[in-house]
Amino acid sequence: METKVIIDTIWVLITAKMVFFMNLGFAAVESGFARAKNCVNILSKNFIVFAVSSLGFLIIGWGLMFGNGNGFIGLKGLLFAGGADNSPATGEAYRGVYSAISWTGVPLWAKFFFQLVFCGTAATIVSGAVAERIKYISFIIFSFVMAMLIYPIIGHWVWGGGWLAKMGAFDFAGSTVVHSVGGWAALTGVAMLGPRIGKYGNGMIKAIPGHNLSLATIGTFVLWFGWFGFNPGSTMSADPYAISHVAVTTNTAAAMAIMSATITSWLLLGKPDLGMTLNGCLAGLVAITAPCAFVSVGNSLIIGLIAGVLVVLAVLMFDRLHLDDPVGALSVHLVNGIFGTLCVGLFAQDKITGTATGNGLFYGGGLTLLKAQLAAVVSVGVFVLAISTATWAVLKAVIGIRVSREEEIRGLDIGEHGNEAYAGFQIFTTE
Amino acid sequence: MKLIIAYIQPHKLNDVKQSLYKEEVYKMSVTNSLGCGQQKGYHESYRGVGMEVNLLKKVRLEIAVNENFVERTIKAIIDGAKTGQIGDGKIFVLDLPECIRIRTGERGGEAIG
Repeated sequence: METKVIIDTIWVLITAKMVFFMNLGFAAVESGFARAKNCVNILSKNFIVFAVSSLGFLIIGWGLMFGNGNGFIGLKGLLFAGGADNSPATGEAYRGVYSAISWTGVPLWAKFFFQLVFCGTAATIVSGAVAERIKYISFIIFSFVMAMLIYPIIGHWVWGGGWLAKMGAFDFAGSTVVHSVGGWAALTGVAMLGPRIGKYGNGMIKAIPGHNLSLATIGTFVLWFGWFGFNPGSTMSADPYAISHVAVTTNTAAAMAIMSATITSWLLLGKPDLGMTLNGCLAGLVAITAPCAFVSVGNSLIIGLIAGVLVVLAVLMFDRLHLDDPVGALSVHLVNGIFGTLCVGLFAQDKITGTATGNGLFYGGGLTLLKAQLAAVVSVGVFVLAISTATWAVLKAVIGIRVSREEEIRGLDIGEHGNEAYAGFQIFTTE
Repeated sequence: MKLIIAYIQPHKLNDVKQSLYKEEVYKMSVTNSLGCGQQKGYHESYRGVGMEVNLLKKVRLEIAVNENFVERTIKAIIDGAKTGQIGDGKIFVLDLPECIRIRTGERGGEAIG
């Protein structure tokens, strides 16, 4: 067996497991930002969503995303990743139905597992935005739709050899495919659920503080760490130059976004709010996710700088619009997912780590790449908004998506699960 | 002067506060407590084993009032807290012999305000 195949496979699997680990990060961030009475519910959603994604992606998600088909969906090898395939053969030597991903020289299950953890990430983004008032069962069902339909179809368009890829749109590790998809779905959930009780009233916006910022910080560190698998791993090969470059663009954007988010919230709100700082880090990471292999380290500074400012402004904006997002998922994933996608069109330098993206606007490439990126943003937005709205609407009509008023005030831990996160401790009623 | 102590359901606290505000009662003290009532508790489970919980979470309000505010305060608390179900809570009215405002040293009815 070729040494390169062995090393590439080890690389792909290690980075995939780092991305898997991000599920812990999401669970910690979301539960930390929510109230103690809902902690079990949030942990449950984050835990079960990975199981849902794993199964949904196995059953049909992988096939729709990477199966040979037309510009919109895969049509071959749909079920249980069972199509013909002779991975790790690549290029001309590849014989099988998953041609779109035949460029990486690792076995089929390595490709599958790596892509699966990305699907899991997209699905779990929704859970934060709908926290503290969504019915557990409705979330589970929606997540199946995410993993088996919404995510794979968008994934096919960009990574599965679909029409956006043919149009020259690029998304290295998923600002669009993962983060904006999760973000759009979350947006529809937030809009259809309505705000938490007491959040907005008499034209006022009330802060509902998270119960454990230690947990939120641990979670953000875990996500930051995991992102060093998310971005560099997307090379899906242990290309020393590329993976080193991507690790540094990733970290630089995060660091810069932390600073700009902290400064922005310090100036606008008077004190450096930890929640804003944490969200700043994540915003920078989301924003650099699409461009990380296509831009210079210097440009990742700029991307991170803007992302940090954007996320703070977005949090304030969504509250003004009375769209209640307990963890800032929309501001982090949706807004910066879109921004990161467009950054490819602005800052890309052709073949900087090997991929022929063409040059972005600031490097003499004109508007070509930017237009393709814009097409990606808009088409993905329209599709995900439509399908997720329809899904929520059906769920709302059939089983309802929001818990009762009394349950919401008492806490979803008791109402949905009959558990307490902190049994034996008195959780103070403070309002 | 009277000290009104009320035990209510935690999730009714906001309703009771709003109701008190309507009656212009703004000063109060709130503590979390555990209590037994006529409710048989609720059923919880931990890893498949059921537990009966008998000490339930309650919220305890303490409000010091002058005589002329006693009835309207009681009425406000009941309006906010009543659901008609077992577990709505209880109100105790105690005589309050003295009340002092620490900052100014005022006593009696003026200290209650």
